[in-house]
Amino acid sequence: MENRAFSDVSYKQFLNEDKLMGCKCKGCGALYLPPRPICIECYSSDMEWVEMKGKGKLAAFTAIYVGPPSMVAEGFNRKNPYCVGVVEFEEGVKIDARIEGLDTKNPETIKVGMPLTAKFLHRTEGENMKTFLAFEA
Amino acid sequence: MKRRRKLGRGVAVVGVGMTPFNVYKDKDSKDLFVEAFKEMLVSVDKGVDPKDIDALYLGNFTSDFFVHQGHWGPIISDILGLSPIPATRTEGACASSALAFREGVFAVASGFYDIVLVGGVEEMSKRTTEEVAEGLGLALAPYEMQVGFTFPAVFGALATAYFAKYGASREHLMNVTIKSHNNAPLNPRAQFKLTIADLMNQKRENAKKKGEPLPTWKDEKDFLRDPKANPPVAWPMNLYDCCPISDGASCALLVAEDIARDFTDDPLYVVGLGQGSGKGLHAAKDLTCFEATRNAAQEAYGMSGLKPEDIQFAEVHDCFSIAEIIHMEDLGFFKPGEAYKAVENGLTRLDGPIPINTSGGLKCKGHPVGATGVAQLEELWEQLRGKAGKRQIPNKNLRIGGAHNLGGTGGTCTFTILERR
Ligand SMILES: [Zn+2]
Repeated sequence: MENRAFSDVSYKQFLNEDKLMGCKCKGCGALYLPPRPICIECYSSDMEWVEMKGKGKLAAFTAIYVGPPSMVAEGFNRKNPYCVGVVEFEEGVKIDARIEGLDTKNPETIKVGMPLTAKFLHRTEGENMKTFLAFEA
Repeated sequence: MKRRRKLGRGVAVVGVGMTPFNVYKDKDSKDLFVEAFKEMLVSVDKGVDPKDIDALYLGNFTSDFFVHQGHWGPIISDILGLSPIPATRTEGACASSALAFREGVFAVASGFYDIVLVGGVEEMSKRTTEEVAEGLGLALAPYEMQVGFTFPAVFGALATAYFAKYGASREHLMNVTIKSHNNAPLNPRAQFKLTIADLMNQKRENAKKKGEPLPTWKDEKDFLRDPKANPPVAWPMNLYDCCPISDGASCALLVAEDIARDFTDDPLYVVGLGQGSGKGLHAAKDLTCFEATRNAAQEAYGMSGLKPEDIQFAEVHDCFSIAEIIHMEDLGFFKPGEAYKAVENGLTRLDGPIPINTSGGLKCKGHPVGATGVAQLEELWEQLRGKAGKRQIPNKNLRIGGAHNLGGTGGTCTFTILERR
């Protein structure tokens, strides 16, 4: 499909293009997200790109009240906590991501297992675009 | 094909020293390590001449970031008067000095050296809380940091996965906090020496003095449920689920088993050594265990021929309350999904069948990250030799203790078993 290296650089380029791309080992069929250059099951380097459908469920989460400077700059704090978590895709792989649209002030209402859909958050950093993967309920 | 691990020759611990863990505004890393070193010298029953030490292995996570100085091996060997002997720094995030200990053991076991100093140091309190969080964040897995995870957040997320799988709740984590705070006042080196009940009384007194309305907490859990007293950091990790910011140093003297009796009639023997590496959250097959701890346990039990039920007490890396629960399962002390019930039933108390973190743990003893691994062994030393004072485990046949150390979000984990013969 694409002649890009199976690397973080390519993964981030695809995110900028609103594409969530993993890779599949042609040797044993193992699926990886983010992509890996070597299959850790069979050690083959023969990979192909696979676009993820973007549907999954919440596997683990937290509501962060004390965040790093970058998140504080986005307006998050004790009064406005943000949610991050691990999402398990229908395809079976997991990813770390921001989770939006949840009642982060009442985290006990958020449930592991709830269905989520991926979306792309675009930011500009200097002349560069940077895209965060996020999910919403 | 994994063969059983063994050392080339036996290695013994014949001395240990550590600073109390605390906030030291007027001491730097050199001062702290010198203090730990002097205490170690005194701890060697028959004495040691520092000129006989063959090499130094020093654990340090990120003084490069915290105090803008790297390359700590030669700095510490010089201040101790040990230069020009070899000095090697090890880095494994919060498990840095457990790695120094392992390298020291291997160096002696290989026959290359006979007497080796190992230890760790970290100086964290001179930075703001935000800067410390940023520094520790360097040990997060790459994809975790990018989406806004913090250290407490990773453990918060693991807690939600554990809760969902096993039906545990924040109430169960509170039992871990209360237990650690009950042990800490008995440890003169602990950073926080108050029980949760003591803290509640202190806050009531303060409110009385200021003429403010008195808090109405019914018991310790009621206090821990109060978001004003125990605010969320990364839900379900609240303030009292998290270890503090600390400064401190620790060290131990390792010698070949055949010369151990030249130093003391009561050496401790290194019978189990294990280490493992883990993946980031997204790549972990199971979010309710640490693959690295399981590997470390397997190695250490394999080398020693011991089983989890042979470990009579342990220091278990409790940077966050949930970490103590999950690691106790990974180390085989309890079955998966059972550790939170064990804590609730008092099995891990000082007078329980398997006391955990008699030192107060990272939560109360403090956690100067690079010093923690060897400081855990210091607790084993005191308990096994019957010198733990008021927190001495009431078991007349105490012989085998374990120390589990974690670095990063499970990237590096170690398990060490010491035996008194
Ligand atoms: Zn493969």
